[in-house]
Amino acid sequence: MTQLPALTDKKLGLVIDLDTCVGCHACVVSCKGWNTENYGAPLSDQDAYGADPSGTFLNRVHSYEITPKDAPAQVVHFPKSCLHCEDAPCVTVCPTGASYKRVEDGIVLVNEDACIGCGLCAWACPYGAREMDQEEKVMKKCTLCVDRIYNENLPEEDRQPACVRTCPAGARHFGDFNDPASNVSTLVAERGGMDLMAEQGTKPVNKYLPPRPKTDAQPEPEIDILAPLLAPIASDSKGFLGWLDRTLDKLPGA
Amino acid sequence: MHPAPSIIVFTVLSGLGFGLLAFLGLNMPDVSGWVLFVFFAVGYGLAGAGLLASTFHLGHPERAMLAFTQWKTSWLSREGILSVACLVVLGLYALLAVFFDTKLGWLGALGSVLAVATVFATSMIYGQLKTVPRWNHWTTPALFLSLSIGGGALLASKSEFAGLVLLFAAALQIYAYYDGDTRFKARGHSLNSATGLDTGPMRLFEAPHTGSNYLMKEMIHQIGRKHAQKLRLIGMGFGLILPAILLLFAHVGHVLVVPIILSHLAGMFVLRWLFFAEAEHVVGLYYGKHG
Amino acid sequence: MAQPVLETSPPVSDEVRKTTCYMCACRCGINVHLKKDADGNNRVAYIEGNRDHPVNKGVLCAKGSAGIMQVTAPSRLKAPLKRVGERGEGKFEEISWDEALDLATEWLAPLRDKAPEKLAFFTGRDQSQSFTSLFAQAYGTPNYAAHGGFCSVNMAAAGIYTMGGAFWEFGQPDWDRTKLFMLFGVAEDHDSNPIKMGLGKLKERGAKVIGVNPIRSGYNAIADEWVGITPGTDGLLILSLVHLLMSAGKIDFDYLANYTNAACLVNSDPDSPDYGLILKDDEGRALVMDRAEKRPRCFDKPDVQPDLTAVWENNGITHKPVFHLMLDRYLDKKYAPEAIADQVGISATRIRAIAAEIARVAFDEAIELDQPWTDFRGNKHDKMIGRPVAFHAMRGISAHSNGFQTCRSLHMLQIILGAVETPGGFRFKPPYPKPATAHPKPHSKVTPGAPLDGPHLGYPQGPGDLALDADGNPIRIDKAFSWENPLSAHGMMHMVIANAHAGDPYKIDTLFMYMANMAWNSSMNTAGTIKMLTDKDENGDYVIPRFIYSDAYSSETVAYADLILPDTTYLERHDCISLLDRPICEADAVADAIRWPVIEPDRNVRGFQSVLCELGARLNLPGFVDGEGNQKYADYADYITNHIRRPGIGPLAGFRNADGTGGGRGEANPDQLDAYIENGGFWMEHVPEEASYYKPWNKGYQEWAVAKGFFDAEQPYLFQLYVEPLRRMQAAAEGVGEIQPPEHLRARLREAMDPLPIWTEPFGEQVSHEDYPLHALTQRPMAMYHSWGSQNAWLRQIHGRNPMYVPTKVWEANGFAEGDWAKVSSPHGSITVPVAHMAALNSETIWTWNAIGKRKGAWALDKDAPEATKGFLLNHLISDLLPPKEDGMRYSNSDPVTGQAAWFDLRVRVEKVSAPTEAQPSFPVLPDLGVGQ
Ligand SMILES: Nc1nc2c(c(=O)[nH]1)N[C@H]1C(S)=C(S)[C@@H](COP(=O)(O)OP(=O)(O)OC[C@H]3O[C@@H](n4cnc5c(=O)[nH]c(N)nc54)[C@H](O)[C@@H]3O)O[C@H]1N2
Ligand SMILES: Nc1nc2c(c(=O)[nH]1)N[C@H]1C(S)=C(S)[C@@H](COP(=O)(O)OP(=O)(O)OC[C@H]3O[C@@H](n4cnc5c(=O)[nH]c(N)nc54)[C@H](O)[C@@H]3O)O[C@H]1N2
Ligand code: SF4
Ligand code: SF4
Ligand code: SF4
Ligand code: SF4
Ligand code: SF4
Ligand SMILES: [Mo]
Repeated sequence: MTQLPALTDKKLGLVIDLDTCVGCHACVVSCKGWNTENYGAPLSDQDAYGADPSGTFLNRVHSYEITPKDAPAQVVHFPKSCLHCEDAPCVTVCPTGASYKRVEDGIVLVNEDACIGCGLCAWACPYGAREMDQEEKVMKKCTLCVDRIYNENLPEEDRQPACVRTCPAGARHFGDFNDPASNVSTLVAERGGMDLMAEQGTKPVNKYLPPRPKTDAQPEPEIDILAPLLAPIASDSKGFLGWLDRTLDKLPGA
Repeated sequence: MHPAPSIIVFTVLSGLGFGLLAFLGLNMPDVSGWVLFVFFAVGYGLAGAGLLASTFHLGHPERAMLAFTQWKTSWLSREGILSVACLVVLGLYALLAVFFDTKLGWLGALGSVLAVATVFATSMIYGQLKTVPRWNHWTTPALFLSLSIGGGALLASKSEFAGLVLLFAAALQIYAYYDGDTRFKARGHSLNSATGLDTGPMRLFEAPHTGSNYLMKEMIHQIGRKHAQKLRLIGMGFGLILPAILLLFAHVGHVLVVPIILSHLAGMFVLRWLFFAEAEHVVGLYYGKHG
Repeated sequence: MAQPVLETSPPVSDEVRKTTCYMCACRCGINVHLKKDADGNNRVAYIEGNRDHPVNKGVLCAKGSAGIMQVTAPSRLKAPLKRVGERGEGKFEEISWDEALDLATEWLAPLRDKAPEKLAFFTGRDQSQSFTSLFAQAYGTPNYAAHGGFCSVNMAAAGIYTMGGAFWEFGQPDWDRTKLFMLFGVAEDHDSNPIKMGLGKLKERGAKVIGVNPIRSGYNAIADEWVGITPGTDGLLILSLVHLLMSAGKIDFDYLANYTNAACLVNSDPDSPDYGLILKDDEGRALVMDRAEKRPRCFDKPDVQPDLTAVWENNGITHKPVFHLMLDRYLDKKYAPEAIADQVGISATRIRAIAAEIARVAFDEAIELDQPWTDFRGNKHDKMIGRPVAFHAMRGISAHSNGFQTCRSLHMLQIILGAVETPGGFRFKPPYPKPATAHPKPHSKVTPGAPLDGPHLGYPQGPGDLALDADGNPIRIDKAFSWENPLSAHGMMHMVIANAHAGDPYKIDTLFMYMANMAWNSSMNTAGTIKMLTDKDENGDYVIPRFIYSDAYSSETVAYADLILPDTTYLERHDCISLLDRPICEADAVADAIRWPVIEPDRNVRGFQSVLCELGARLNLPGFVDGEGNQKYADYADYITNHIRRPGIGPLAGFRNADGTGGGRGEANPDQLDAYIENGGFWMEHVPEEASYYKPWNKGYQEWAVAKGFFDAEQPYLFQLYVEPLRRMQAAAEGVGEIQPPEHLRARLREAMDPLPIWTEPFGEQVSHEDYPLHALTQRPMAMYHSWGSQNAWLRQIHGRNPMYVPTKVWEANGFAEGDWAKVSSPHGSITVPVAHMAALNSETIWTWNAIGKRKGAWALDKDAPEATKGFLLNHLISDLLPPKEDGMRYSNSDPVTGQAAWFDLRVRVEKVSAPTEAQPSFPVLPDLGVGQ
């Protein structure tokens, strides 16, 4: 099973908009909640109320600071979960066939019943998208909410990943990249969707939309064109009132 | 990478064991009876202890049988199959050789090939990982193989050959360090490429969690440069150069070989520890490391 | 091996119950998924947002999803507790509810008959203020308020006095139409999810976002333009924008003339006793000059044409329109960008560019809706004109000692643009708009054994409305509505413990608090507060003799109380988010909501409001007992259903009348709560289309508002650019009138009570800038709510400790490296804490996340929890009092108008030190209350 399918029927994945993500961690926790109750083993926590709490999460939000040469520093919030790569190295390294990429939709999954917990797939993933659960000793990763997106017990509109459904800013989009007319394909085309660590050759399905250029990028904005807009009418209130009277008198009906 | 003791023990011991077995399969040294038995016992002991140690690393060793299924793509699976094949083939060979005094040359040769292939497969588990540029290079299998062959020769009392191979390994190791030290950058991995953002220098502002996680513990082990340099010298000195000099220039008898083996083993543990401890995984970039 | 066959349609849960989140005060709708455990008990399995809910429309924040870990947290209190050791020792004995209520009654009943003011009842993060205040009113103490005074009363009061509503629950930007959005001083806000949803909408449309904030994180990180302002100077920046827009005539004259008091005539004769007051007719209605008739006429006459320019002379007294005063003030060169650029830390060119951008979008990109409407004068309009520029602000501008006037300035800026209640601008949420005059005035008349003479809190219109006794002394323990802070509309919870301890204005007997962590993160001078709670007098009695506290968890404050009333968690009780209180409406809809027990408590705890129902009855309080003296409301659910506030008006507006058809007004409906549950936990009704904008002046809206019961008669009004109640207070300070402020406050009142927005330097700036060169701030982390998120196993992994972020300049000057620690000192004290570098930060500012630091032993966390060893509170550096003036007088660290706590006035110094074993100061470990692991 660790052979990657040559083609998948659908290519499901996420588009994450870095121009919109405010770094609220909502997607992180809703993912934790959903996946603790659903697909496979619960996501465990260690030392939950202790001195060194840690736990399994399938989605984490980093924040980075960029210091462009000629502009004020910027902060970018950066959510990251499995990118469901087309050339998923995590799948091919797996000795047991537990890791696989689904033929029908390209979702990369771990069959927990077959996982020996060797950890090699996590080593093979450039993105840190796989975490070994310390309680169950099996590899956990984003399932693209495979148990939501087709789930007939959920209302149609809820058949989307938990993280997408919850994102307050609407920075996460889910869809089929094989369909050029899908929301995700359109966004990628319009906003220049990009790959993470393209040089690894993993061909991630998930795409990231870069932050739009900041308008404070130039330290001294050019206002020549706008300046006349705010040309003062008078230098004191008397002059101003005169101007106002003249203006109002010119209005129809005055 | 986190230098897990079980994996260090596994790779060092099994490398040595399969190295020795490779020589035994080629009838080197040319001994028989109980002496041969002891040699085989040592070979199997080392390889077996290594394999056993590796299972400590598994979360679910009870499912280990499944690991033999994915030979088409997985080096780990191949390693498992090859190691078992090697042990079975050479076991048969040893059985016939020790107890029936029948050395089937072709069977031994097949076993030797399997032993070398096993070591190669082990090395490829690391060598294939693009995520760890330091490993993802021909020097990784070359080193694993030469260390295994050198160590095997040492155990097989092929002193001079062992000395030469260990010297070669030392040279290879130096080159691996030299080239490996810059490979991460050379491959273009940076926080900018990791995030696809290229508008300026970047750094981690806040990690996703203030608590730690599996990735940080497993993948993001960093060792100070100075510390590493010292350990490199110690590891190569004790593991490769000292044994090589002694093997080549001193007359090695049954007595001297023991401290040489111990020195080699100690050095190997240091080198192997470093092999992991120095390996920078690209995921570290996301956590503000290797920048 | 073949690809495994997956069950892609597993059952999601056994049952979904819809209620309201309370992991923070935003009050989103949630679907609580329940599964039955082996014993058949319901267990919370998953929480998601309710798509139908007006607040969150399906989304949910990190805290909301983590609610599942809150209801299993080991820190939950288990039973009523009575203190047996000393305060702070944490020695308690579990008692029954009967014993607990007996004890409370024994303490409170005699007090009521003698001196009800000796009960100080303050409720912190209370979402039932219309109920808790009823209790306090019935008891008869003047000493009641919730937490608004230390939170953001500046924002609320400035908004109410200026335009009958403020940001947050009062209103919101027109997210669907605005083209330029400017955000001042917001990290997270109460409207957590709606702001994120709104920003998402703007981003989707490509509208421009400008973030004004010393720190570029969160919302400001995604802003298209960042204005990294120097803390405390926003008022200057805003007034400079006003200066530029006014000078250029880029203001909406029509809007100013018709909908604001810019045309109202102000007595401008310094010798007149009415100097500074607005000219009124005999019925007290403001007069404007009619441009056509050239004579003063009432502002609301159908054909009046209010004139912004004409002056009215009468009997030798000159009356000038407010607009003249505005021109005189704001055209002054001292507000020119060049004059203020250095102080605000923004270049003059950039300020000009922002003003130009605002003007361009407001006037060149104006929008018109084909929506006819009729104004309050009876004039018909066939269009709604929009100025698609919207503003929003919160504590970044309000939590400074100049916050009231800064908030006023911002409201003035939006008003002169005509961008309030017009398409694309700022919109009120029903039941707002509601002018200050339509709100109650504060009441404080105490009669032993009888209720107070009216509601405690409100909006004073002049000195006569202050809560002062015959000698001019404050009546309230927090000194709200006194000359120290006349317009303290939300009370001043942060002063209660200090004043009670000092016996100033008097000593109290019982402190009764609910849901406020006063012994830790919600106090300034935390160590001092702890000491005040434990101090004893010469007789060995506690200076604050009794302390009753209701919490749901083992917070730091629990250890200092004498009697603990353990509350349920939010999933285990009834609550009502009422229109009488702090509603959840949207600009397009009126709405309210409930909580109900979606799971049963597994401990001996009770909803606090239900406890008050019983305590009120035991104390025989009017309104809490029926005709026969029996308990009137069995519990809070009973109260919510059956309480009648005004004829036809109860706590919940939805599903009224026996048949559930009443919306807004109607008789009590015994099945009301079931109807809410059936409807997803809330009720909502849309604002009619023709009433959606211009609400204060829109006949359609006014009629609808009366029908819904927001008020009993239509009450259109003008926006108050010039706030007369402020002038009345100012006039008193100038010596006018009977009720006079004490001498030492005159000067500062004259300055602070300016009826037109003004900028003054924050009081915190008075310390030496050489000794304390930096500003220090806190921000709300989006994934953590004050102190109470730390007990949550998931959230504490995200924010388990907090570094002090310092800007590059400070980082380099101190030679800091990753992992370093620093001593941070203010005039009040010092802390030793981990530092981290942030470049996207105002170069004079350092900051940290708020309330991550925990006291050891609290919250059922391990005593070595990172929250206690590496996390820290900035509060140790913040004092409730300002440094002494020359005359030795120490004013409170708050806004002189409203008393709002000035958390962000803090100045500090940073020095590198070697790493201590843990963050300093460290307090003794709080003992385990038996609730822990
Ligand atoms: N340095 C600094 N300090 C600040 C601020 C700042 O910006 N900087 N901000 C200030 C502001 S604006 C505020 S509003 C305050 C907030 O400070 P607090 O009002 O003290 O807020 P919390 O820390 O959340 O404490 C509320 C208490 O309510 C308890 N609680 C939670 N749920 C329930 C429940 O269901 N029932 C009951 N009975 N109790 C419950 C919690 O356990 C906790 O003890 O902090 C202030 N402190
Ligand atoms: N997740 C979460 N949500 C919360 C809370 C919580 O604890 N956690 N608390 C709730 C409560 S009680 C409140 S009061 C609200 C408060 O919500 P906010 O008003 O967002 O309060 P703060 O987080 O204190 O953020 C204040 C912001 O003002 C900025 N600031 C400080 N001084 C200045 C200044 O002089 N000028 C400008 N322009 N900016 C300045 C700070 O950098 C910070 O970004 O949040 C509520 N929502
Ligand atoms: S929920 Fe949305 S806005 Fe929040 S961190 Fe995740 S992607 Fe970003
Ligand atoms: S992101 Fe990592 S885990 Fe996911 S498919 Fe790609 S390589 Fe595999
Ligand atoms: S940890 Fe499990 S899924 Fe990953 S490679 Fe090993 S067996 Fe495969
Ligand atoms: S798609 Fe599902 S599993 Fe993947 S990150 Fe989102 S919530 Fe988690
Ligand atoms: S913002 Fe989050 S915590 Fe607050 S009520 Fe909404 S979901 Fe709950
Ligand atoms: Mo607050």
